[in-house]
Amino acid sequence: MSDTDAHVTNAYFRETMIAQQPPPATETGAIKWLRENLFPTWLNAIGTVVSLYVIYFILSHVAPWFLNGIWNASSLSECREIRDATLGPDASAACFAVISDRWQQLLFGFYPSEAYWRPVVALVILLAGLAPVLFGSIPRRFMAFSLASPFIIFFLLWGGSIWLPIMAAVGFVIGFYVARALASVNQIVAVLGAIIVPILYWFVVMMPLVNILQGILPIGIMAIESKQFGGFMLSIVIGVAAIVLSLPLGIILALGRASDLFIVNKLSVGFIEVIRGVPLIVWLFTASLLLNYFLPPGTTFDLTLRVIIMVTLFSAAYIAEVVRGGLAAVPKGQYEGADSLGLDYWQSMRLIVLPQALKISIPGIVNTFIGLFKDTTLVVFIGLLDPLGLTNSIRASTDWNGIYWELYVFIGLLFFVACYAMGRYSMYLERKLQRENR
Amino acid sequence: MSSMSENPPRNSFHLSQLIYDTRYRSMTIQVVTLGLVCVGIWWLVDNLLANLTDLGIEPSFSFLSSRAGYDIGMTLIPYSSASSHLDAAYVGILNTLLVAALGIVLATVLGVIAGVLRLSKNWLVSRLMAVYVEAFRNVPLLLWIVLIYAVMSESTPQPRDFREGGGASMIWDAIAITNRGVYVPGPVWGANSGILVAIFAASLVGAFVYRRWAKKLLFDTGRLLPLVWPAILIAIVPSILFYFILGRPVTLDYPALGGFNFSGGLQISTPLVALWLALALYTGAFITEIVRAGILAVSKGQSEASEALGMRANRTMSLVILPQAMRVIIPPLTSQYLNLTKNSSLAIAVGYPDVRATLGGITLNQTGRALECMLLLGLFYLALSLIISFVMNIINNSMKLEER
Repeated sequence: MSDTDAHVTNAYFRETMIAQQPPPATETGAIKWLRENLFPTWLNAIGTVVSLYVIYFILSHVAPWFLNGIWNASSLSECREIRDATLGPDASAACFAVISDRWQQLLFGFYPSEAYWRPVVALVILLAGLAPVLFGSIPRRFMAFSLASPFIIFFLLWGGSIWLPIMAAVGFVIGFYVARALASVNQIVAVLGAIIVPILYWFVVMMPLVNILQGILPIGIMAIESKQFGGFMLSIVIGVAAIVLSLPLGIILALGRASDLFIVNKLSVGFIEVIRGVPLIVWLFTASLLLNYFLPPGTTFDLTLRVIIMVTLFSAAYIAEVVRGGLAAVPKGQYEGADSLGLDYWQSMRLIVLPQALKISIPGIVNTFIGLFKDTTLVVFIGLLDPLGLTNSIRASTDWNGIYWELYVFIGLLFFVACYAMGRYSMYLERKLQRENR
Repeated sequence: MSSMSENPPRNSFHLSQLIYDTRYRSMTIQVVTLGLVCVGIWWLVDNLLANLTDLGIEPSFSFLSSRAGYDIGMTLIPYSSASSHLDAAYVGILNTLLVAALGIVLATVLGVIAGVLRLSKNWLVSRLMAVYVEAFRNVPLLLWIVLIYAVMSESTPQPRDFREGGGASMIWDAIAITNRGVYVPGPVWGANSGILVAIFAASLVGAFVYRRWAKKLLFDTGRLLPLVWPAILIAIVPSILFYFILGRPVTLDYPALGGFNFSGGLQISTPLVALWLALALYTGAFITEIVRAGILAVSKGQSEASEALGMRANRTMSLVILPQAMRVIIPPLTSQYLNLTKNSSLAIAVGYPDVRATLGGITLNQTGRALECMLLLGLFYLALSLIISFVMNIINNSMKLEER
């Protein structure tokens, strides 16, 4: 029977392959994509049309204004003259000349122009100092540089004698060695000693020592007062200082909130909830109006510093909540494992729990920083010259009286770029943590 | 041997046990902490009192009952410059609550719509929503407020443009958007309007009770009654009927151009509109992401199982996905509501008279009572935050998964 196969030459069967047909036009390329993504159903098609209209509406208003932008002029009236001459009086054209004229002011405020290099170098040092914290692949020994960078940045920004930041840093070294020396005696004594001795040093010994050293070896750069700070530099200084300074306090508050000790727990909860329950702007007014009332009579220090203190306390409460989440995410077995090794509370926290909890918290801390960085614009209400405050002082000059949009767009774009980049970084970090924990 | 069998000495407590004995150590730490905190507070209060005596100020709240002497641009309760500072504070509090409540409602609506659209399969729609979210989340709220305020006050027509040939026209002859504010028709409460309001409230309760009953019937017997349409009918029909039976007690007063400005209707001032829109759009962007994350958090197996059981898409959404998504959505939503309420204090940027502007602004500057004003202001915001948290906790508990 098998030989019948060989004789299959009847008319029913095709002997050659049909040439491959192209897929239907609706199933390939751009048309398929359009059908699947833009017009799959009637409702979706309506959505597409509405979206297209929205995009057209926005672009038709913004695009001519933006593309006709005038970059070279010395005042708003000159801008308008140029526009009238080239485009006609009814054309919409942005006057970006204000940005090419005043961009340095928007970035640095009234910081002396010959010292602009200092904030720039400080920013580079900041990023370099952050790198070992943010990226795990960099060797641990660079952490020493990270620890030193706050003092270098302080010296660069405020200037003055080099001995002040050095001697302030010495306080931390003293605290470290006191803690190490007393650790053999008792943990609580060591903690107390590590807090009290440096404080005594900073308040009593440090300033005379700085003066003596400055007398012997006067090294320093031009001192710049913080009321000359402004623009994005001020936003970054307040934001970064507050986040960095609030980390230790936030961690302690988070530990307090997670603690079994009743009084410690309630004090931490109370502090966190009070700070978080009241808007930042009220705290800022408190800093500008009331903080001096709570300090010894006759104490005065500048507004920027007061704002940094207040924003630090404010962000500490938020950091505490982030770290609390991190502490809760550390598996219970880790706590129990530390206990079973015979570690005491601080040892188990320092060596076992906190390294894991803080690693989990970094995305949250970055998000807190983004929020805080945006909120630094509120300092305009107590008279500091953040970017929005500078728009007022730019408008106060006769050249640029009446200019709004261009400045807002520029500031908005800068904030957008910075916050968007940080947000992406924190998302990348979250994904990485998820991968590692799986 | 003898020493082992002896009873421990009765008075065996040593001072060192306070540090080394874990039974007592926690007490020691707490007492020391409390002591340090008390010393700190005592130091602050001592400084405060010393400073106040130096300045010759005695803390007192008596200024609250004295004459305020300033006018407020927008008042929800009767207020004049002859009223007291306390009344000014009430006006401010009501204004804060108004903008916060309006903002929360609009932000939720925007956020839910945008959150669902963000998950749309339509490429263009979901991208547009992504742009909205990123644009609002990454730019400071304050900038949005001043930007929207500038749009509202610079790019909208003046009232006189609404005259014949002025180039501007009202929407549906009822709404006028001007640079002095938005004018909308306002209700005029006639003679029997109280009855109408009562009937409306009662029918709302009726609709709620019907839903409850229908759900109970469903769970008890499996009989499914329509839920949406009857409830809406119960809520609306009696009110409409009585509206005509009572002879139209509530009428609308349309804004009309008279002289240089609009009169009649309800004026919503530009600062309020700008603040409201900015707060709602900004918080809406955050809520969008929360809603999206909440819906994505419901595992795909749930919707697939629901489809396998033969449920239609809308019932899958309302009975399977949303109840589970809500559990993920509500806690972060609460903190967004809190943020919006606190951010309403940015009213300062547009001159909207909220509580910070009256109590913490003009009253403070006039009386110089910075300490008292800031204290009251802080307490108000704290109380408001706690109330919102409390309400949202109740909602959250009612949504919680009931486990056996």
